Amino acid sequence: MGMTLTEKILADHYAGGSIQPGDLIQVGIDLIMCHEVTTPPAIQMLLEHGLSGVFDPDRVVVTPDHFVPNKDIKSAELVRELREWVTANGIKNYYELGRHGICHALLPEQGHILPGQTVVGGDSHTCTYGAFGTFATGIGSTDLAAALYSGELWFKVPESIKVNLTGKLPPGVYSKDIVLELIRRIGVDGARYQALEYHGETLEELSMEARMTITNMAIEAGAKCAIMEADDLTSAYLDGRAKGGDWTVHRADQDARYAQELTIKVDDLEPLVAFPSLPANGREIASLTSEEKESVDQVYIGSCTNGRIEDLRIAASIMKGHQVAAGVRAIIVPSTSTTWKQAHDEGLLAIFHEAGCAISTPTCGACLGGHMGVLGEGEVCVSTTNRNFTGRMGHPSSRVYLASPATAAATALRGCITDPREYLQEER
Amino acid sequence: MQGRVQLYQRSHINTDEIIPARYLNVHDKAALARHAMEDIDPGFVDRVQAGDFIVAEEDFGCGSSREHAVWALQGAGVQAVLADSFARIFYRNAINNGFYPIEIAGISTRVGQGDELNIDLAKGRVINMTKDEVYDFPPFTSFIQAVIDAGGLLSYLGKQKSGAGISDGT
Ligand code: SF4
Repeated sequence: MGMTLTEKILADHYAGGSIQPGDLIQVGIDLIMCHEVTTPPAIQMLLEHGLSGVFDPDRVVVTPDHFVPNKDIKSAELVRELREWVTANGIKNYYELGRHGICHALLPEQGHILPGQTVVGGDSHTCTYGAFGTFATGIGSTDLAAALYSGELWFKVPESIKVNLTGKLPPGVYSKDIVLELIRRIGVDGARYQALEYHGETLEELSMEARMTITNMAIEAGAKCAIMEADDLTSAYLDGRAKGGDWTVHRADQDARYAQELTIKVDDLEPLVAFPSLPANGREIASLTSEEKESVDQVYIGSCTNGRIEDLRIAASIMKGHQVAAGVRAIIVPSTSTTWKQAHDEGLLAIFHEAGCAISTPTCGACLGGHMGVLGEGEVCVSTTNRNFTGRMGHPSSRVYLASPATAAATALRGCITDPREYLQEER
Repeated sequence: MQGRVQLYQRSHINTDEIIPARYLNVHDKAALARHAMEDIDPGFVDRVQAGDFIVAEEDFGCGSSREHAVWALQGAGVQAVLADSFARIFYRNAINNGFYPIEIAGISTRVGQGDELNIDLAKGRVINMTKDEVYDFPPFTSFIQAVIDAGGLLSYLGKQKSGAGISDGT
């Protein structure tokens, strides 16, 4: 029987050979991602159980990202614990503040993620790495501890959902809109315990950055992972960047079995915003009444979903020569230190500055209501992040709308939820 | 196990709601427990008693992978969560901490707030002492039961020593 892409990679990392959905298998792990929130508890657990040591320090990549630069004393202690553990265990892949970045942007950018690998991380958006034809999934601290110690983890082999993307994205519509559309269709648990496997001609037109926006939000549909076959673009991206040499490109078999198959005709898509408080609440901006196009207090452009260079270019192209509306705080957070520098060199930071935006060092920051843009009581934010749950970005009564960088930028300029195509037309 | 029901007739209770990110700069169970469920149910911390069960609808524990969600509930004295279904990372995290995620379709419509439940894990049976009703659930696979019995994944690993693998191929 044919195998899906996820099954291929898992079988390749399982001593027992053949597998099928539902099997509980012990899987060898190629790479482990660690940050300062979920790793310190894992370190503590290992100590308590007398299981010290890391199975292979070269297979661990570490960056502090959630609360950096340290937001308070307790966060500083977490980062210190992380740093001391890194040193004690001889982990070389540690990205200190100044070289750091949001984990899911940093690891691919630095060439740590390779096709055919199994990757786990102590963070639910580890599924992002599936854009490289990699099996990648988020885990909690105990699983993280077990993986760090043994280099293995148990998994139930997931069934896969095949998502076909056909057609060409219309102007003003981006990969964020594709994934918001998918989640709207299948719901926030529509892919629970399953893998989302993407195919279709649209992918060929999407950059690695745009692909990562799609795989990033797999967890918002409850999926274990998202995955796309590596292609020429993947190789070109990895060229000169890949750390660790060879990789394996797997393809799904023609006769692979899928739990469900669905198609998104991207030509038909329009810019979407996901209303509070679920990522599945996507609606076409063009269909909103003027009251529904709520005024905003803040616009946030950043995160592991949409803080990459391409996202900043899109936002800057809309903001160029305009001013952020009175009463709106626009916050730009490049996702990694390298992206920050690139945005600087390309003149994007100057455009944001002139428009009246605040620009931050890379951090998860306000994406999870940590710092650098936390929302107050009743405040409204349009954000390029991935979650708009109650209280996610601050006060429980604050309201978060999820959107693409283009929509966020247009909203910052007009001061209320705005279709980015209004600004694209202006340019012509 | 015996205890009272804390009922949430809601789906998709996410880990941001179980323990908001602003408290993730610590991982001590007692400290986390002071803020359990704070944003959706500010009265929870005062109401909950050691031994209580949380009962909810679909997809309990979705969102962030923070194991702090399990620790906050454990710290608050909650013995187990019963739900129509669970999000996968929460489910794993629960098992890995020797905490019970019990899946029973429709459970949230059958029990009431404060009902007294008695749970027999070996039999896969919940007895509602208040309503005099019985609900069955499939017992855990032997691997999962072994992990829970050991007190969590790391204790299990310690016992197995690395690489012993999984005996239960279900
Ligand atoms: S940017 Fe937001 S979603 Fe991404 S890893 Fe950081 S906190 Fe999580």
